[in-house]
This record gives sequence, structure tokens and C-alpha cells, in this order.
Amino acid sequence: MAETQTAATPDQDERIREMSTFRKALIRPELGAICGTILVFVFFIAIAGDSGMFAPEGIINWGTVSAQFAIIAVGACLLMIAGEFDLSVGSMIGFSGIVMALMTVHWGLPAWFAILAAFALTLTIGALNGFLVIRTGLPSFIVTLASLYILRGLTIFISITTTRKTIIGGVREAAEGDPIAWLFGGKVFSGLFVWLADLGVVGKFVAGPRAGQPVVEGIPMLMIWALVLIVFGHILLTRTRFGNWVFASGGDAQAARYVGVPVNRVKILMFMFSAFCATVFATCQVMEFGSAAADRGLLKEFEAIISVVIGGALLTGGYGSVVGAALGALIFGVVQQGLFFAGVESSLFRVFLGVILLLAVILNTFIRRMITGER
Amino acid sequence: MSAPLIELVEIEKHFGPVIALNGVSVSVDAGECHCLLGDNGAGKSTFIKTMSGVHKPTGGKILAEGREISFDSPRDAMLAGIATVYQDLAMIPLMSVTRNFWMGREPQKRVGPFKFFDFSEANEITMTEMAKMGIRLRSPDQAVGTLSGGERQTVAIARAVYFGAKVLILDEPTSALGVRQTSNVLATIDKVRKNGIGVVFITHNVRHAMAVGDRFTVLNRGKTLGTAKRGDINAEELQDLMAGGQDLAQLEGSLGGTV
Repeated sequence: MAETQTAATPDQDERIREMSTFRKALIRPELGAICGTILVFVFFIAIAGDSGMFAPEGIINWGTVSAQFAIIAVGACLLMIAGEFDLSVGSMIGFSGIVMALMTVHWGLPAWFAILAAFALTLTIGALNGFLVIRTGLPSFIVTLASLYILRGLTIFISITTTRKTIIGGVREAAEGDPIAWLFGGKVFSGLFVWLADLGVVGKFVAGPRAGQPVVEGIPMLMIWALVLIVFGHILLTRTRFGNWVFASGGDAQAARYVGVPVNRVKILMFMFSAFCATVFATCQVMEFGSAAADRGLLKEFEAIISVVIGGALLTGGYGSVVGAALGALIFGVVQQGLFFAGVESSLFRVFLGVILLLAVILNTFIRRMITGER
Repeated sequence: MSAPLIELVEIEKHFGPVIALNGVSVSVDAGECHCLLGDNGAGKSTFIKTMSGVHKPTGGKILAEGREISFDSPRDAMLAGIATVYQDLAMIPLMSVTRNFWMGREPQKRVGPFKFFDFSEANEITMTEMAKMGIRLRSPDQAVGTLSGGERQTVAIARAVYFGAKVLILDEPTSALGVRQTSNVLATIDKVRKNGIGVVFITHNVRHAMAVGDRFTVLNRGKTLGTAKRGDINAEELQDLMAGGQDLAQLEGSLGGTV
């Protein structure tokens, strides 16, 4: 016994090969999304490189769409790692938009109040989703599927009974000069673009009412929100105690409970965060368009989940990456707008996306097995 | 000799009409390995859950270092220094060794107004503690899923010891392991015992019990059939006690005494 013991534990286990630093750097949960991103960019630079897609206004175009996906993907990502789904994201977007528009346009309340009220309302609904999942022990798939229908139905009902319309306009005028509305609908760094336009880097309008102004007005706040949420989500997940609890709650809730992780609190907070992200999305959209529609956000929950899965997260929880989810959202945005720039029939968007989803997930599964030793 | 670390006297536990435990007495001294043996359904699980604060006993009393106490939750038991390593719930395979080791008790460092998980300290302590138990990790961010079953049990044991366990309850740590891994876990138990920690080793494998046990208590149908010291009892007698009768003796005869 003593002999086999010493023979079995030499200084370096002979069955573990030393890995090169390059290989180590490569084997990470986001690899599938990184490869996908490179593939998509190479593809579009090749077929649409001269279409203006990579000029400043083109970048703002697909950047904005990607940022929209990224905002809801961050929420979905953290929630999925905590082991739950939220299918009510899309309905939440429509609901909070209508709430804001009704309050400002129909009831004449100040925009800041409407925005805060919408956030309070959706955070409560998010908490309720989480509470129901924890209390009933039902899969979150079912509970939030119910919320998807309930919220969508209520949104249309409220909108029709109060205004007899499903689209409520005039929000931009109502939010003029509001202390917080610009946080969602505004544009920043416009001075920078005027300067760039003077240098000739960015084009200027040559005719029309805005002649002489740069074609890119500024960076939309939507993009700033996306960046802030990605950085916040990434640091929270990888660098904090709470992040460890998120992984633990999704990895094995019972094992986590045995060592004192407040699993229920973590899950409910993540449902609330998902609702928060949906409301950020809705507020930005309402402030930008100046209107809200009861059917906004349709199918957004699936687009968020697809971004997260392309990003390397495990559908059953306990594994994933916010950076990966953000790259997933970028792929989504670039493909959707890129096909438009390339002048390709837009129905091919879904074909392309399906192929990328499949490839990324195959690669992700392979990498995950290498990292976690799953079989 | 000082009072035992923990002593359970005439513990009874009823679940409605079912009497799961009907008078079980066990005591654990510092630095001993007390083996709790019993066949399936003997009440081993109920008993350790009572000891670790998951169940409240219907009757009997629990003494910690001579004073009577009662546990309202597993957390109470943990605070009293009683740590339990469950067979299948010890670790989360998708997470790294460090993340698992510190789960629920993450060290934090302050940067401005924010608090972050102090990975450099956590990694260092994890590597040192694992080395003490004789496990060499490739890196602390290696996922637990890449470890063998025995190594996972050892991580869980090292974690419990590091966080100040005085009594360590191991729920069938060897039942799903191969020969080499089992001997590694038994060696770990021996190391832990030498540090003055009382170990409760639950098993239904007599040979594993005989390898490290100082005392043996056999449970059968919710009762203790008695406690024997090492040297006062041999493997065959333990086996017979566990099976509670002659049936196995006959069966064993036909199998050539290999069970």
C-alpha cells in the first residue's frame, strides 16, 4: 500500500500533459463566440466591405442593433447561469414602454416619474417571477411563459381601453428637457463627431435641413448602457462573492444551500436584474422613437437566449460568460444589419443565424467538456 | 479523559407513524475515527441528519463537550464545529476548485467603495490546503469536474477542516470509489484524525471501516447494537451484526466468505 501510494503521486501526474500557454488562453468559455465574431466580420468585410457598412454611420447602425441585443442578453446570461430562464423579457419590454407612454402622454405625468414608475413596476414583476419559481418549485420556463402571455395581454388591454390604440406617440415632446429621459434617449460625444467631420473623417450632410452637420450625431446612450451593463455583469460574475453565488446557485442549488449560499435570494435578484435590463431596453427605444407600441419586444426573449447560448453558457445553468453573451449579441446585430448592407434578401438572416448558432454551440460543447471534465 | 466532542444519547426520531430511530447512542472523541455501520434502511442517514442539524430529534439529547445543546438548522451545527460531507453533494463539478472551496465564505478585498472576491489569497490557501491533503492540483482554477471522485471528497474534507470543523461527518465517502481512490480517502481520514478532529465515518463496507476505525457502532432497524473498540471485534462479527442475523452467514458460506 505504502509503495503504490508514493508511486501514484509523483511531483507531476504523468497522465496530465503540460498545456502550452497559447492553448490555455484559447480554452475559455467564450471561444465559440470569438470564432463566430471573427467569421462574421471576415464574411461581411468580404461581401459588403464597400457598402458603407464599416464607415462611421454604418458602425453606429449595426452597433446600435447589437447594443439592443446585448442589453437584454446580459440579464438573460446572469439569470441562465443562476439556473433559470426568463421568457417574459419581450412582454416586459412592451409592457414597460406602454406604461411610460401612458403616464407621460395620456396622464401628463413628468417623464422622470414615468420612467421610475415603469422600473419599479417591472422590478416587482421580476421579483414576483422569481418568488413564484422558488415557492412553487416549477421550472422557470413554465412560470415565465405564463408571465409572457399575461403581460402581453395586459399591455394590449391597458393600451386599448385607455387610448383605443396600440401605439402611443408623442413621448419625445413630453420628455423634452426632462432631467433623466436623456439618460436613455440622448446622444453623447456629439462634439467629437463635429470635430471628426471637420477633419473629414466623418461625412457631412450636403443638403437638407441638417446640411453641414456630421452624419453621425453622436454615440447613442443605448450603446453606453450596453457597455456599462456588460462591464458590470462581467465584473459581478467573475470578480465578486455574489458572482460565485450565481455560479453555485445554477451549478447545484442544494450543494450551495448546504454551505450557506442564499440561493433563493440570488435567484430572485437575477430575475429582477433581467427585468431591469428589459426596461432599460424599452426606455431607450421609447425615448428614441418617441412612441410606444403594445407589440414591441416580440420574440426578444429568444434572441437574448440565443445570444447567451452562442456566448458559451450552459442551458442548465452554472456555466457561462457575460463577455461571450455580448459577443453573441454582436454577431446577431452584425448579421441582421450586414445582410441589409450587402443587399441580400433579408429572409436569409434566419438561415445565417441558425447556422452560426449550431456551429458555435457545437464548438462550445466541445470546449466546455475540456474545461469541466464533463462526459 | 475530557468529555467527548459530541455525544448523542438515546436519540429517537419519528416521521409520523414511522419510527426511524429508536434509541441510538454514539459519542465522538477528539482525534478518533468512529465508524457507523449499518445496512440500507438501518437509519444511518436519519442519524447523521440529526447530528448535522437537518432533523430535530423526537427524543434523546445531544451534548457538545458535556453541555446539552440543540440545533435548529444545519447552520447551527456548522457554527458548533460539526461539518458534514455528503456523498453526492460535496462539490459543484462545473466550478473551479477555488470557487468550490470558498463557496459561501468567499474572502473579500476592498477596492474603493467596492468589495471583490480576493482570488489571489483564495487560490494560495486552496493550493496549500490541498497539498497538505496530498493532492497536487494543476491549477486552482481547474474545474472540480476534472478531478477524480476521491479527489473531490478530499477537497470537501479539506474545506471542512480549513473552516474549523471539530467533528467531521463523512456520509459514505468511499461507496462510489475505486480501490486506489478509496485508499486515498482513507489516508485523508487518517490525516484529519491526527489533527485532533473527531471523524464520523459512515459506511456499509466493513473492510473500509476496519482500515481506519477506532470504534465501531452498528445500527440495525433504528437501534444501536452496541459499540466496540478496535481489536475487540473482527470483520466477520461486524458483518454479522450489520446483517442482523444468520441469513447472511448462510449466504456467505455459499459465496466462500468474500462479501
